[in-house]
Amino acid sequence: MATATAPTRRKSRLNRQGRAAHVFMLPWLVGLVGITALPTLASLYLAFTDYNVLSSPEFIGTANFERMLTDDRFWQSVRVTLTYVLVSVPLQLAFALLLALILDRGMRGLTFYRSAFYLPSLLGSSVAVAVLWRELFGHAGLVNSALALVGIEGSSWLQNPQTALGTLVILNVWTFGSPMVIFLAGLRQIPEELYESARVDGASVLRQFGSITVPLLTPIIFFNLILQTIGAFQAFTQAHVVSGGSGGPVDSTLFYTLYIYQQGFTAFDMGYASALAWVLLVFIGVMTAGHFLLSKYWVFYGD
Amino acid sequence: MTTQTLTPNATTTGTPAGGPTRRRPRRCGRSVARHAGLAVFVAFMLYPLVWMVTSAFTPESEILTGPLIPEQFTLENFVNGWNSLTRPFWVFYGNSFVVTISSIVGNLFSCSLTAYALARLTFKARNLYFGIVLVSVMLPMHVLVIPQYIIFSQFDLVNTFVPLVLPKFLATDAFFIFLMVQFIRGIPRELDQAAAIDGAGPFRTFWYVIFPLMRPALVTTTIFTFIWTWNDFFTPLIYLTDQSVFTVPVALSSMVDAESNSGIGMLLAMSVLSLIPIMLFFAFAQKYLIRGITTTGLKG
Repeated sequence: MATATAPTRRKSRLNRQGRAAHVFMLPWLVGLVGITALPTLASLYLAFTDYNVLSSPEFIGTANFERMLTDDRFWQSVRVTLTYVLVSVPLQLAFALLLALILDRGMRGLTFYRSAFYLPSLLGSSVAVAVLWRELFGHAGLVNSALALVGIEGSSWLQNPQTALGTLVILNVWTFGSPMVIFLAGLRQIPEELYESARVDGASVLRQFGSITVPLLTPIIFFNLILQTIGAFQAFTQAHVVSGGSGGPVDSTLFYTLYIYQQGFTAFDMGYASALAWVLLVFIGVMTAGHFLLSKYWVFYGD
Repeated sequence: MTTQTLTPNATTTGTPAGGPTRRRPRRCGRSVARHAGLAVFVAFMLYPLVWMVTSAFTPESEILTGPLIPEQFTLENFVNGWNSLTRPFWVFYGNSFVVTISSIVGNLFSCSLTAYALARLTFKARNLYFGIVLVSVMLPMHVLVIPQYIIFSQFDLVNTFVPLVLPKFLATDAFFIFLMVQFIRGIPRELDQAAAIDGAGPFRTFWYVIFPLMRPALVTTTIFTFIWTWNDFFTPLIYLTDQSVFTVPVALSSMVDAESNSGIGMLLAMSVLSLIPIMLFFAFAQKYLIRGITTTGLKG
């Protein structure tokens, strides 16, 4: 009799756990359906419609995507975003790695420096810092005063389409502290013995960097690269505040997300905005997948 | 997205390799040079922030022309900024706190419950659910924001905090679920079994055994939810159009838009005020914040 009841008792215990699990997961399940899954499907549908909120969505096939091909502002936002990502992310990571290397070994005051360098990362995405940037790079701002000291006449950085995006790049590079903290943790994982034996063999500092540090750090470099790239693609606040929501001057700071926002919530062209959002999703997906494929050739995972 | 796992003893403040005892005298000169270089670089990096704080106390007319440390301190900028919108600034502060605290409670509640179920309870579709968590971590919000806006506006919830807070109670920040699942997996199963022998069901086991042991993961979740929610601009910008419900970032941004009749001084003064909670938080939670970043890769 004992042999007969054991499996059923086990089964009923599983059932009980299954029921309990679904009770535990209830908030998440509701959110998954109501706030994630259905809106995702709705968004996909809206991407193929003309929808201005007032009247109901009208199915227009791929017209939204065709419209992008001839939409100059769409291409401009792609150019701005790609420039921003391709310039600011490598610079930011280079700074992060350089400072992490300097801070790494036998360092007094490490905690202080780490906090000081990290602070901008913490504040960088806030409206307050965007406001600060407006004033720093404004016509009579601090940057121009500093340049005047060395005899250079500054321009109106944020009013000049040639330089407006550059100031936002600088803002992003300024927040190198968070990848730096991750680099620091990664550097600590590299066994000190490797450097000791390299020194015994007479390897120079540069040689040690190239043959030990970089190869062993590639997984962390990769991790930071993915994280910062995805983040940079979704940048919004800085451009919105600095340009007053316009993406100006002359669309020179028209980040892709800002364009989505304008189409969706200023022009209320929600069908087109949904289509734009899906293009962003596909782009980020393809790019991340590409990174992972390429990583085979340069990321070193040890054994 | 991340392959690293949260380990309770992960540390970033361990003794640096080599240690002070190994330092040889001839390195002394190099070390001084390095500290000098770093100090200059720190000063250069933090100068904008210092300038912002001192300018907030400088009379409007001298901000752009005067020295860094103002000759006469004034609180005028704060007084002007405080009342420059149709509501006094404490209203926005209050709104931000309500939204931030509710978001923290929401994330702690919903994510920990879900994570416990996924990490500890056995049921059929567990792996499928966990896969869905991972996929939803990667979904950018821009794809969801338009339908979500339509839904919330259908329910007449625009200009309330519901669209900002409700998703947190429904565990939409799936990253924290992932984080907590990884953490719970590191807690010995013997504890659950001991609780089961004592007759505790899943609910008691969660509440009395697992939840208290999850503290490091809960602290990380609290810190990042605080920072992200306090700094968040996009979502409140979309949902909050009435000044009475503005959060601090939206209020600041609308002061910028009206800059013609407001001055630099008050903008900087209110910017400083808006950063104070974050700075205080940083001062108190720094150790945990850095630990959270190094173990999870989350950015502040």
